[in-house]
Amino acid sequence: MIDLPWDFTAIPRFFPGFYAAALLTLQITFFGILVGLVLGLVTGLMRLSKNPLFNMPAKAYIWVIRGTPLLLQLMIIYYGLIDLVSIDRMPAAIIGLGVHNGAYIAEIFRGAIQSVERGQREAALSLGMTESQAMRRIILPQAFKRSVPPLGNQFIIALKDSSLASAIAVRELLLRARQMGSSTLMMLEMLMIVGIYYLMMTTVLNLLMGRIEKRLEVSDYKD
Amino acid sequence: MIKIRGLNKWFGDLHVLKDIDMDVSPKEVVVVIGASGSGKSTLLRCLNFLEFAQKGNIYIDGVEANAKSKNLHTVRADVGMVFQHFNLFPHRTVMGNVIEGLTQVKRISYKEAVEQGEDLLKKVGLSDKADVYPAMLSGGQKQRVAIARALAMKPKIMLFDEPTSALDPELVGEVLQVMKTLALEGMTMMVVSHEMGFAREVGDRVVYMDEGSIIEEGPPSVIYSNPKNERTKAFLGQIL
Repeated sequence: MIDLPWDFTAIPRFFPGFYAAALLTLQITFFGILVGLVLGLVTGLMRLSKNPLFNMPAKAYIWVIRGTPLLLQLMIIYYGLIDLVSIDRMPAAIIGLGVHNGAYIAEIFRGAIQSVERGQREAALSLGMTESQAMRRIILPQAFKRSVPPLGNQFIIALKDSSLASAIAVRELLLRARQMGSSTLMMLEMLMIVGIYYLMMTTVLNLLMGRIEKRLEVSDYKD
Repeated sequence: MIKIRGLNKWFGDLHVLKDIDMDVSPKEVVVVIGASGSGKSTLLRCLNFLEFAQKGNIYIDGVEANAKSKNLHTVRADVGMVFQHFNLFPHRTVMGNVIEGLTQVKRISYKEAVEQGEDLLKKVGLSDKADVYPAMLSGGQKQRVAIARALAMKPKIMLFDEPTSALDPELVGEVLQVMKTLALEGMTMMVVSHEMGFAREVGDRVVYMDEGSIIEEGPPSVIYSNPKNERTKAFLGQIL
């Protein structure tokens, strides 16, 4: 039998030592997604506006965010804001992840809104509803429902991307693993531990999104 | 009730409505026929301002309305519209569909709206479907809900845009029956449809459109049996 250079019994032993870091990962992800959802909805609606005053900034924002790496965005926000307002790492990570996801979520919402049949808006208007009533009461509820599967996907990406916050020294899972790895000289074992944490969290998130999709199915079209 | 003068509409270079003049009197039932692309649906959609004509005037109950009108949504509330593809709100129950305009546009209480909704559903024969979602209904039932939804606003005129074209043949009758009842009750109606039986039974006037113009109009008995215009003859020959 080959003697492996790793001690995998360290995994259960050190596993509980990552709770705090996992909590930080969850916090960055949760609040990052929250910021992303708000930004995404506003940007998505602006992007659909016919007025260039609204749609041009939205397009520019999406263009910049999708065209540059998240790692760079996080660093620019952290090192940029720290000069201005001496921002903490944690809020910088949340803002960074939020702004990044906002662009992607905006595109998800835009696609979902555009996928609602034109006749829905027309039926709403023909009842005497205003454009904004039609959007709020008729189009958005249907669009939100259609956004759930792609949003679930985006949330999982956001959860995994939160590991990039380690680059601005937020002690979330990945940074914690590297620090523990250095101090215990068991780098691979520590990385495996955070791998398990991520897998557990993405699995729960997946199940949660599946649950929500199921619940929204009550009014689904047969045809 | 409706007065149309010199209405012209273009989609890009395509001239889809050419100098349309038309009047619809109160309680009149006008049936519009014509080949696809003749502009009949566009005309209907202009009357509900889902499309805007570039030239000409539309008066609804004596009041002119156009793209610049401030209260376009209140004008629309007076003009009921039934669509070929129903356009029911899939995320609302049947009752939810019917009372949406009552609670959101007329702003009456939910309780009162439901009471009115129950009467309307009874009228279209769907009292037992109040709590189901549109997905569970047949095409004919969907269209009857759509009619109830439009009627809820107590419109001055009802527009029907090919209300039975998307239905299986065996479901056409139930929708026409509701429309006939409405006509007999004195509702002003403008119906784009090729259902000749309906036109003959309750139609006051049939309007034949081709290439964006009104070619011929008259009582159903005359238009269907004894059309004067060659194009009308040719068209009727194809659909009868």
